[in-house]
Amino acid sequence: MKRFGSTLAGIVLMTLVCTALTPAVGFGQANKIIVDGSTTVGPIAKAFAEYYMSKNPGVNITVSESGSGNGAKSLINGTCDIADMSRFMKDEEFKAAVEKGIFPVATVVAVDGIAVIVHPSCPIQNLTVDNIRDVYTGKITNWKELGGPNVAIVLISRDTNSGTYESFENLVLNKQKISDRAEYVGSNGAIRERVQSTPAAIGYVGLGFVDKTVKALKVNGIMPDNSTVTSGTYPIARPLFMFTNGYPKMGSRLYTFLNLYLTPKGQEIIQAIGFVPVTKY
Amino acid sequence: MQDQLVISKGARRFRRLGALLGHALIVALASSSIVALLFIFYFIVRDAVPFFRLEGFKEFFCSTHWYPSREPAEFGALSIFVGSALVTLGASIVAVPLGVLAALCLSDILPFALRQVVKPIIEMLAAIPSVVYGFFALVVLAPLIQAHGGSVLAAGAWMVLAPIGLVAVAVGGDAASARLPRRMRTSGRIVSWVILAGIAAGALVVLTGALNRLVVSTGTNALNVSIVLGIMALPTIVSVSEDALNSVGRELREGSYALGATRAETLLKVVVPAARSGILAAVILGVMRAVGETMLVWMASGNSARIPSPWFNFLEPVRTLTATIAGDMGEADQVTGSARYHVLFAMALCLLAFAFVMNVVSEYVMRRSRKMRG
Repeated sequence: MKRFGSTLAGIVLMTLVCTALTPAVGFGQANKIIVDGSTTVGPIAKAFAEYYMSKNPGVNITVSESGSGNGAKSLINGTCDIADMSRFMKDEEFKAAVEKGIFPVATVVAVDGIAVIVHPSCPIQNLTVDNIRDVYTGKITNWKELGGPNVAIVLISRDTNSGTYESFENLVLNKQKISDRAEYVGSNGAIRERVQSTPAAIGYVGLGFVDKTVKALKVNGIMPDNSTVTSGTYPIARPLFMFTNGYPKMGSRLYTFLNLYLTPKGQEIIQAIGFVPVTKY
Repeated sequence: MQDQLVISKGARRFRRLGALLGHALIVALASSSIVALLFIFYFIVRDAVPFFRLEGFKEFFCSTHWYPSREPAEFGALSIFVGSALVTLGASIVAVPLGVLAALCLSDILPFALRQVVKPIIEMLAAIPSVVYGFFALVVLAPLIQAHGGSVLAAGAWMVLAPIGLVAVAVGGDAASARLPRRMRTSGRIVSWVILAGIAAGALVVLTGALNRLVVSTGTNALNVSIVLGIMALPTIVSVSEDALNSVGRELREGSYALGATRAETLLKVVVPAARSGILAAVILGVMRAVGETMLVWMASGNSARIPSPWFNFLEPVRTLTATIAGDMGEADQVTGSARYHVLFAMALCLLAFAFVMNVVSEYVMRRSRKMRG
C-alpha cells in the first residue's frame, strides 16, 4: 500500500513537471517575421530577409525550408507569418485554414521554370513533354529509346512531399503514375548532386538550381531561360507564391517585406538566384 | 533504545515524511522512462488505428503500390517492409562478424596498451551524427559505387574471402592428410595445401572477375546504405560484446589454459560460449540501430518503393519504413486527419512492434542461456 502511494505520488509529480515545462510560445511580434515552406521559394525569402534586415536593424526574420506542405501547415497552425509555396494551396488546406480563422492570400513573387537536367556527358539535347512523361512513368527505360547510348535510365525525382514534385506531376505526368523505379531525394540541391555524379541519370530542378555541372534539356524545342519562362512558351513553368494570413496591413513590416519583389532591388535578387522576376525594370 | 536517539515525536514524523518524499522522487525519476514509453505507445496506436479502419490490412501488407499522394491513394507498403528488412540484413552482414571479431580482438588478443587506444577510437564512430554519415554515403560512396561498383565489390570479396579461404585451406589440408600413413603425412599435407589453395584462388579469381564486370547503374542503393549502416552499428556491437567478453573473467581463461588448451581453443570453446548472451544482446542492439536509422537511409538509399529483382539484389535502390515516415510527414496533414497521415503511424507501430519482439526474444534467449549455464 505504501509503495503504491509513493508510485502515485511519483506519477503526479511527473505530470506536474511535464506541465510546467511545456513552453509558452508566442508568434507574430511586430519585429519578428517567421517564414516557412518550399525549398524552392526559400532562397528568395532568405535573400530578401538578408537584405531587409541589413536595411532595418532590429527586425528579426527567420526563414525555414520544410516544403510547401509544411509551409501551408505552419500558416494554418499560426506558427508562421509567410508560407512559401511552389504550388497553390489545395482545397483541403484552404478549408482547414478558414476553419481555423486563417484567410490565406497568395502573392506571386516570381516565376520558376522546372528544368529537366541530365549529366553533361549525355548526348541528348531535346525531349518533348511526352518523352519526359514516358521516361518518368516507366514506358521508356533505356537512353537508347531516346537516341542515346544503351544504358538504363536512372530516374531521380523530388520526394512526394515537395511542391516541385507536385508541380512536375501536374505539368508533366498528367496525373499518371510515376514509375516505381524512381529514386526520391529531399531537395533540389540533392537532385543536382545525384545527376552530376550519375552519367545515366535524369532529374528535374527549379531553373535557379541549374549550373554548369549539369545540362538542362530543351523541352519541346525550347530552352528554359528567363524570357521563355515569363512569356509562357517554355511548357514546364509555374508561379511561386508567398501566402499570408489576409493581406498585411499597409506600411507594416510584413507588408514592406512581402512587397520587396516589386522593387528594383527585389528583381535583382530574384534574378541573381536564378528565378524569373514578374517585374521588368 | 531507539527512543533515545529521537529528539521529539515531531522530528521523527518530519524525518519520515522526508524519507517518503525522497522515495517518491526516486520512483518518479525511475518511472519516467516507462511513463514516456507508455505515452509514445498510446499516441502511436491512437493515430495508427484510424488507418486500418479506413483502408484495412490487406493492401498495406500485401500490395507493393505505394502512391500516397495520388487520387485515389494507394498504400501498399510491402516493398517498404522488404526494403527495411533488406537494409537491416545487409547491415548485419557487414557489422556482426566484423563487430564480434573486433571485440574478441580487443578483449583477448591486442596488448592492453593498444586496446586503451583502439576502443575509444571505435566508440568515436558512435559520436558522428547520422547526417554526416548520410552526406558521406551520398557524396563519396554513391559515385564510387557507381563508377567502380564491380571493382569495389571485388576488393570487398578479396578482403572477406581471402582470409576465410586461407583458414579453410589450412584446415582442409590437415584434415585430408590426417588419413594418410604417418611417413607420407608431411608431403601429403603440402600437396593437399597446394591443390586446395589453387582451387580456392581460382574460384576467387573467377568470382572477382564476374564482379568486376558488373555494371552498377545507381550508387544510392541497398549496398551503399548497408555498408554505412554497418559502420554505424559497429561501435554498439563492439563495445557491448567487448564488455561481455571482459566480464567472463580471468578464472575461466586461466582454468582453460591450465587444462592445456591453446589460446584459440580458450577463445572459441570457453570465452565466447560464456559471453554468448552478452554478444547476442550486442548484436540485437546493433540490429535495432540499423532498423531505426532514418537520416542516412533517407539520403542514400534511393527511396524507390519497389522490391529489388531478384529480392537479394543489393544494387537496386530501396525504400525503408523510417525514411518513408520522415519523408512523407510534411505533406501528410494532420489537420484533416487523412489516411496519408495515419499510414505513417501504422508504419511506426510496425517498427515499434518489431522492436518489442526483438527485445522479448533477446530476453528469452539470455534467460535460457543463463539457465543452461546453471
